[in-house]
Amino acid sequence: MSVNPDLAGREFPPTAPYLVGREKVREFARAVFADDPQHTDVDAARALGYADLVAPPTFAMVVQDLTLQQLLAEPDSGIALERTIHAEQRFRYSRPIVAGDELTGRLSVTGVRAVGKGAMVTSEAEVTDAAGAHVVTATSILLIGGEE
Amino acid sequence: MTDTSTGSVAGSAELAVGDVVAERTVHLTRESLVRYAGASGDFNPIHYRDDVAARVGLPGVLAHGMLTMGLSVETIVPWLGDAGRILEYGVRFTRPVVVDAEQGADVTVRAVVGAVDDETARIDLTVQAADVTVLGKAQVRVRR
Repeated sequence: MSVNPDLAGREFPPTAPYLVGREKVREFARAVFADDPQHTDVDAARALGYADLVAPPTFAMVVQDLTLQQLLAEPDSGIALERTIHAEQRFRYSRPIVAGDELTGRLSVTGVRAVGKGAMVTSEAEVTDAAGAHVVTATSILLIGGEE
Repeated sequence: MTDTSTGSVAGSAELAVGDVVAERTVHLTRESLVRYAGASGDFNPIHYRDDVAARVGLPGVLAHGMLTMGLSVETIVPWLGDAGRILEYGVRFTRPVVVDAEQGADVTVRAVVGAVDDETARIDLTVQAADVTVLGKAQVRVRR
């Protein structure tokens, strides 16, 4: 099965709220070699005016990933994970993610373009907080190779 | 957060196109990849199993693209002083970072001012492994 062109324009229901834990932020910070104290030292984060630890910028991918799982679970998507390459990634922030945030992701597929035998799928995950305010929009472009 | 008067270098009026604002080299090992897999939830075996990487035709076990993206932007956070100054960050994953089981891999990041206007600056990241550029158009838009 090849990638379903009708995916373009499809919108997914919001993901269950993801509670950003302080220790998860520390764990992620260590994993991306984020040495700055705002990611690990609560006092340093508070000195910058934040309620708690500031997550590294790419932490948003944790919520984006929950939305992409919804896309991959679509029975008619035609997206085969083993032929999928992450081609591009972009984040647009209203504010950084902070420990204690309860985040929800809402995915929409904004484009499907044929590339050779495969396809390029662009999707946007809009991440909002418990108050419904925008935090970050994560845009990913996946390149799905065609079947031989 | 939105206060731009906290004395960061990023807010300096002297910011000029071409200035190197930060650079570093990060040494990745297989342990780094397993650590990132656990922290991020991305357990694709091409990032820790040589047999799977070989079976799908890769030159070796690869670093997660999102790990490379994440460590690259983090290079400028101490300079920025506040990660909240980052308005936008995007990359293209152009070449893989092969992480040898014994030798690991060095990823070098160099951050240069690419453009400046009244309110924002564009920081261009050059990210290389084994002397090859691995991220394309790696650009961070920051609030000055």
